[in-house]
Formats: sequence, C-alpha cells, structure tokens
Amino acid sequence: MAEYIIRRVLQALLVLTVMTLLVFFGVNVIGNPVYIFASSECDQACLSAIIADLGLDQPIWRQYLTFVGNLAQGDMGKSFTHGVPALHLIFERLPATLELAFAALVLALVVGLPMGIYAGLRPDGWGAKLVMSFSMVAFSLPVFWIGIIMILTFSVQLGWMPSVGRGDTVDLGFVETSLLTLDGLHHLAMPAFTLSLIMMAMVIRLARAGMREVMFTDYIKFARANGVPERRVLGAHALKNILIPIVTVLGMEFGGVIAFAVVVESIFSWPGVGKMLIDAIAVLDRPLIVAYLICVVFMFVTLNLLVDILYSLLDPRIRLGGGRA
Amino acid sequence: MSTATAPAAGSARDLTRRFLSDPGAVIALVVFTGFCIAGFGAPWIAPQNPYDLRQVDILDSLMAPGSESFTGMTYWLGTDGQGRDMLSAMLYGIRISLVVGLASGLLALAFGTVVGLIAAYRRGWVDTVLMRIVDLQLSFPTILVALILLVILGRGVDKIIFALVVVQWAYFARTVRGVALVEGARDYVEAARGLRLGGIRILLGHILPNCLPTMLVVATMQMAMAISLEATLSFLGLGLPPTRPSLGLLIANGFDYLQSGRYWISVLPGLVLLAIIISVNLLGDRLRDVLNPRL
Amino acid sequence: MTPVLELCGLQTSFVTPGATIHALRDLSLSVARGEILGLVGESGSGKSLTGFSINRLISPPGRVTAGEVRLHGQDILPLSEPEMRRLRGRKIAMIFQDPMMTLNPVLRIGTQIRDALLAHERLSDAEIRTRAIAALDEVGIPAPEARLRTYPHQLSGGMRQRVAIAIALLHQPDLVIADEPTTALDVTIQGQILALVQGLCRDRGTALIWISHDLAVVAGLADRIAVMYAGRIVEEGPVDDILDAPAHPYTAGLIASVPVPGQRGGRLQQIPGRMPALTDLPPGCAFAPRCARATAACGTMPPLTPVNEARAVRCIHPLGQEVPA
Repeated sequence: MAEYIIRRVLQALLVLTVMTLLVFFGVNVIGNPVYIFASSECDQACLSAIIADLGLDQPIWRQYLTFVGNLAQGDMGKSFTHGVPALHLIFERLPATLELAFAALVLALVVGLPMGIYAGLRPDGWGAKLVMSFSMVAFSLPVFWIGIIMILTFSVQLGWMPSVGRGDTVDLGFVETSLLTLDGLHHLAMPAFTLSLIMMAMVIRLARAGMREVMFTDYIKFARANGVPERRVLGAHALKNILIPIVTVLGMEFGGVIAFAVVVESIFSWPGVGKMLIDAIAVLDRPLIVAYLICVVFMFVTLNLLVDILYSLLDPRIRLGGGRA
Repeated sequence: MSTATAPAAGSARDLTRRFLSDPGAVIALVVFTGFCIAGFGAPWIAPQNPYDLRQVDILDSLMAPGSESFTGMTYWLGTDGQGRDMLSAMLYGIRISLVVGLASGLLALAFGTVVGLIAAYRRGWVDTVLMRIVDLQLSFPTILVALILLVILGRGVDKIIFALVVVQWAYFARTVRGVALVEGARDYVEAARGLRLGGIRILLGHILPNCLPTMLVVATMQMAMAISLEATLSFLGLGLPPTRPSLGLLIANGFDYLQSGRYWISVLPGLVLLAIIISVNLLGDRLRDVLNPRL
Repeated sequence: MTPVLELCGLQTSFVTPGATIHALRDLSLSVARGEILGLVGESGSGKSLTGFSINRLISPPGRVTAGEVRLHGQDILPLSEPEMRRLRGRKIAMIFQDPMMTLNPVLRIGTQIRDALLAHERLSDAEIRTRAIAALDEVGIPAPEARLRTYPHQLSGGMRQRVAIAIALLHQPDLVIADEPTTALDVTIQGQILALVQGLCRDRGTALIWISHDLAVVAGLADRIAVMYAGRIVEEGPVDDILDAPAHPYTAGLIASVPVPGQRGGRLQQIPGRMPALTDLPPGCAFAPRCARATAACGTMPPLTPVNEARAVRCIHPLGQEVPA
C-alpha cells in the first residue's frame, strides 16, 4: 500500500513539473512579460531595468528555476489590476467556486444515482428510456446554452430565480458559505444544477451499467437467497459495488467541473475563481492568469491522487492486494 | 474462403440503405446538410454582410424579428446590439463554427491516426511512451487544456483550431491503435506478411482501410464535441476574435440583452447551435449502429 | 409424514415477446426430512434452474408458469414476494457453485453474516457477534473472531465455501439446495466440504438437494437421485438401485462414462452427440436422437412411469425390457 501511494505521488509530481513547464514557457516565453510592466513612455533604459528586475537577462533555465522556487514559496507575483498577491486573490475567491462545485457534485449524485439505478433495474421500461434520453441531452448540450435557457425560463420569464451573483453568506470563521442561508441556496440552485448536468449524465450511465452487471452476480443472488430484504440488497450489497467506478470517475471529473465552473460562473456572475479568470484574461492580468492555471492544475493533480487512494480504500481488493490491476 | 482477402465490410449501397432506414438519421442528415449549404453559401445567401460596416446601420439595433428598416429591408430574425441582421450574422456564424469543427476534426484525425498507427506498428517502448502521453492527455478535462492553450495563445481561428486539435488527437490515436492492433493480428495481414509485402504497405494498404469505419464514427462524435467546445470558448471570449463571430460569440453578444427580454439575439443562434450538435450526434450514433466498429 | 419439499408438475418458462421457451417441464420430485436427493444432469439440463425455481429467484424473463412448489405440504407459489422473502434463508437456503463469486467482494464477512441474521431475526450487536462466531466455528473455520473483519478475497476457496455454508445454515433451514458447491474446489477440499455439509444436514434433519453433474460425487452422498435431461426428470429412485441397474439409457450412459478407480486401460464409454438446445427439442423423447434403443415409438413423449414403488423412469424402452425389432 505504502509503495503504491509513493509511486502515485511521484507520478503526480512529474505531471505537475510538466504543467509548470508548459505554463511557464507558454506565458513567459511566447508572450513578452516586459510589456505588462512597462508603461507606454518607458525608454530603453527603463526597459532594461525592468528586464533585470524580472530576471529576464538570466538564462532561460535559471528563470524557470526562479519561477518554480517562488512557486514553492507560494509566491505567484502580484496581480497588476488589483495590486495584491495573485495567490491571495485566488484563495479569497476559491471558496465560492468550491461551494458551487461541491453543490453540483452532491446534486449529480443525489439525482443521478437513483435515476441510474432505476434505469439499470428496469432497462426496458419507458422510464429507463426517458432517463437515458435525459442523460444523452445533458451530456451533449453545451453547458453555457443550458445556463442561458435556465436564466431565460426561470429568471426572465417566470421570475422565480435570481440569475446574478451569490446570495447571503454565513461566516463560519474560516470560510463564508451560502449553503446555510435560504437566500444563498436560492442563488446557488440554478448555477449548481447547470454545472451538475454533465456529472449527472455520467453518474446515470455508470450507475445503470453497474447495476445491470451487478444484479446478475452470484453474490446478489446469494444475498437474496438468504432472505436479505431487497432494500438492503440494493442499498448496501449492490450499491457499494457500483459506487467504486462512480467515485473514481467523479473524482477524476472534479477537475473538469472546476474548469467548467468558469463557464457557469461567467453566465451567473458567480464570484468565484472562474469569473475572476475571465475578467483577468479580458485585461491581460498575466500573474493572476498564471496563478489560476497553476492552482487549478495543482488541484486537479492532487484530486486525481486522492481519488486513486480513496479508490483503493473503497475496494479492499486493491487496498490489501497491492497495486492496481 | 480465401484468407488473403480483407474482411468485406458490406457493400456501400447496402450500408447506405441501412443508414437511411432510420428516420431520425435521415432528418439529422437533412438538417446537417441544410446547415452546411447555408453556412458555406453564406456570402451569396445572406441579405447583408454583417461585418461590412457600410452595410450595417447602428440605428437599426435591437429590432425584433420581422421589423423593417428605413431602407425597406426586412430583418426576419431581428437585429443585434450593433444593428446587424441576425439572419446574416447567423449564416456567417454557422460557416465559422462548421469550418472550425471540420478543420480541427480532420487535423486531429490525421495526426491521431499517424500516432496510433506508429504505436501499433512499432509496438515495444514506442507504443508504451506514446500511449502514456495519450493517457496523460485524456486524464485532463478537455475544457481545461483548451482554456490553458487559448490563454497562452490568444484569440484567432488558427489558434482555436490548434487548441481543438490538441484536445482531440489523443482519442483518435488510442482508437486507431486499438483497431490496428486487432486488425494486425488477423489472417489476411498474416497472409500479406507471408507474401513479403513491406510493413508500410501492409499498414497503409490493409490495416488503415479497415480502421476507416471506426475513425469515421469517432470523427463524427468528436466533431460535435469540437463545435460545442468552440462555442463554449467563444462564449467566454477566448476563442474567436470579434471580427469572426461564430455562433458562440453571437450567443455571448446576445446574453447582455437577455434580461431586457430581447431573447432573439441569444436564443436564435443558440437553437441553431443546438440543432447542429444534436444532428451531428445523431449521425454519429447511426453510423456506429450501421458500421458497428470495435470501439 | 409429508415431505419437506414436493414439486408437482413444475414448469418454468422464459417468456419474451418473440418466443416462449419452456426450460423445465412437468417436473415432480420430493425430499423428506433428513434425506439427501442428488439432482444429476449435464449443464443446460435445467438442474440449477430447478433450484432457483424452488425459491423463486429466476432472472427475468424466466418464471414458473405451471405446477406447485409445496413446502411442508403448502404450495408456496401463490405467496407474495415479502412472504417469499421470509422463507428464503429461514426455511430454504442455497449454497452456490463458485465460492469466489458467492460472497460480496466489498463487504466484510461479518457484515454479510450480520445481514443474513437480521433478515429474519431481531438481534443486538452482541448477539449477532456470538451467533456469527458460533456459525463460523461450526463449519470448521479457525480463529472465527478474526475472520469477521476480513474480506472474502483474503480467504481461500475452501474457506469461502465454508463461510457461505455457515451463512446458509444460520437459521437452521428445513431445506438446503446445494448447487454444485464442490465443483470449483480442489479434490481434497471437495471431500471436506462434502463431509461437512452431509454431517450438518444429518445432525439437524435438514433435507438436502445436491445438484451436480458429477455422478461419482452424488453416488457417495445421496440417498436418492433424480436424473435430468433437457428440462425433464428422466429417471428417479434410490441411489443404489439406480447405480446397480439403471432403467433409462441416458442414466446408463452417464454411469458408464464415470471412470472407476482400480480399472485402468478399459475404454470409457461415451454418449454420442450432445443434448439438444431447448429451442430445438424433438417432439418426443429428447434423448432419442442419441439413443441406441430408440424406435419410432420414441417420437411421442413417454410419461414418468413407476418401475416399482420407489423408482420411476421416463422411457418407452427401459433397460431390462426387450426392444421390439
């Protein structure tokens, strides 16, 4: 087990290194950061000073090491529109994004799992066909288009839901959340649902496929033959088996959810990191853009790592049997 | 049966008939063909060139569908915030969305196929390294990769096509490798080896043609994804420059007017986008049923 | 005394919109308290399906379409599903073929025993623990306390089958249906499991249906045997009588194809051909196409005819009678 975790951590570090290389060379070499810091009336001497100040006269590999060194100390430079450290801004905005993503994840599971299980148990019924059509539509339609239609229907036409921003929040001391106020939940509902649709479609497919497979296994028949009530057979014996692939895929897709949050936050003006990224791109705030990209990649890689470990905990065959087949 | 002939995939006429036996697929085909004609014929069909500022009158902005301009021209689908005729703007938007989807799909197909064939042909460490890269690429959410690339590269038709190729090629590489490995183990390839045909000739002449059905299906599905992703990125202001508005950008422009009830600026291009994506998906589904590739 | 279980004219069918296939037809047999009935046949003869028909756990679209299943004289087919569940595990228990597949891979042994106990009894955690340990101890599992926390994959095949047997016998059922429980095991383990099940059933007076394709196993275990072919019973009676003097040509063929210890060199007999598919049965005796004694009269299905008060055979020309030329 320990060996497995160490191997996965090393893999994750490798991916992170590759990604910092990509982002570093992408942003700092293809673009010219000097012009970000130089005002329009900057002459040659002023430019040289900035170049020396940024360390751009150093060889490229040394620049990269400095970049990584600063990264390791949590220094990603100052946002030049806000004038505060970029990382600080990200941490300020991140809770809103995580809250949105978390709500979407919960929605996807709470709605998707029963739908998928139902479709798996009665695969030929019209209910199952309805569920599968929903899953197909939710999966193939662009997220932003669904968001627009939701706003048009529920905010503009019906006037039921707010379409902009986050509602009232409660300060829990370490983080502010809108999950605990009615107004907060009211504001959260549409963005969270929009963001959850892709995951929901995936949960439905996986739950349906898993259920169809599991219901024919001997251990389910054995549990039934022992008189175990159907609720327990489905709720524990079958569910625990189908949850393994679902948790894996959801964990891997969570990075994608954070990325898609960019779209949803833009549409619903949700004050998270995604909205901040789009704003930063509009004004070319490169330190903030780099900080966002590095943070999301870091989160994504960490999540993948955690999922693999969680996966091995859920499946005793992997936990106790060593590596993954 | 001679073992030296490639397995027949059924005659083209037979496949066409089976493809057309599904009414959904026929409708999808008609819709998609219609959009292709409308998009590529835009310069000749559209009532105005919405990007020629001399033809656009700012006084005509935000007119509802069916309104008439001072010059007597009818805006059947209304106008947008800058007074552009929505019908014309959408026709040009369809054109750009289709070009981006097709071009990125074909380039990714070509690149992925080459990588997949090399991996299947060389096997060993080449295969391992290439497939590791594919796995890594596929483990990242497509939108995240595209976002990073476009942030770095900036806006432009060429840039968004490049970004879409980067996020798509790995699917093709993995699929083609899988099919090529299976085909490579078949009798007719063994027979070709027995005839001392060169490796490249076997690869191109025997294995590649048998990968085509699978590639066609994957390409169709990927094209729907590419069009959707391009629209999403353009909506965010990341993909195409404002001078080349695709459907996504048109929707984004109209989004600002949504709250004021001027739904048509956003919803009409959105419906067209929807119709394109669903028709391409349906075509892909039907192709998969008919060609029955090993996916 | 009424037998523990009686099947009367049981018919199990797979009903699909396109076709109806009768997998079991006119199946009648009975098992008394403390009796071991060997149900013998090739794969596809319907012997496993008989087991599932008794406790009504056939996978859809299969279902019992005619006949009666009498438990202590009472027909249980009209029972509702909740009533049926109350019987499973408490009155009728099952043991499956492959111990690798019978236990749920993601639930601890203790949890699986607990679920089977709680299916029919209200017990405290302490009582559950005591009962579980006692049950594992009874089937000869060393250190049963420690086993409760293990997962199935940590046990050997023989140990898993012992656990499955312990679970099946938790509620002292009146009838145990054992579906080839030793087939997947090593020969030495097979002997142990056979002796274990035989001993437990004898001690408690449990009726046992032992389903097997292996005549040698059944010969040493059963009191009576029933031979199945293509969904019907073709011969039935006390085990010694049948083995000494089979009446049905198929039974004779089965006996002749069992290798006899101590006799080497002699050619083993084979039955030519193979069992017909259920979709493609001949109009009369299903064995006739493979039978050396078949005549034109075999084109109609013979009834199961008593040979003496203990035996019956479904054959127009049973062995020991002249075949008209």
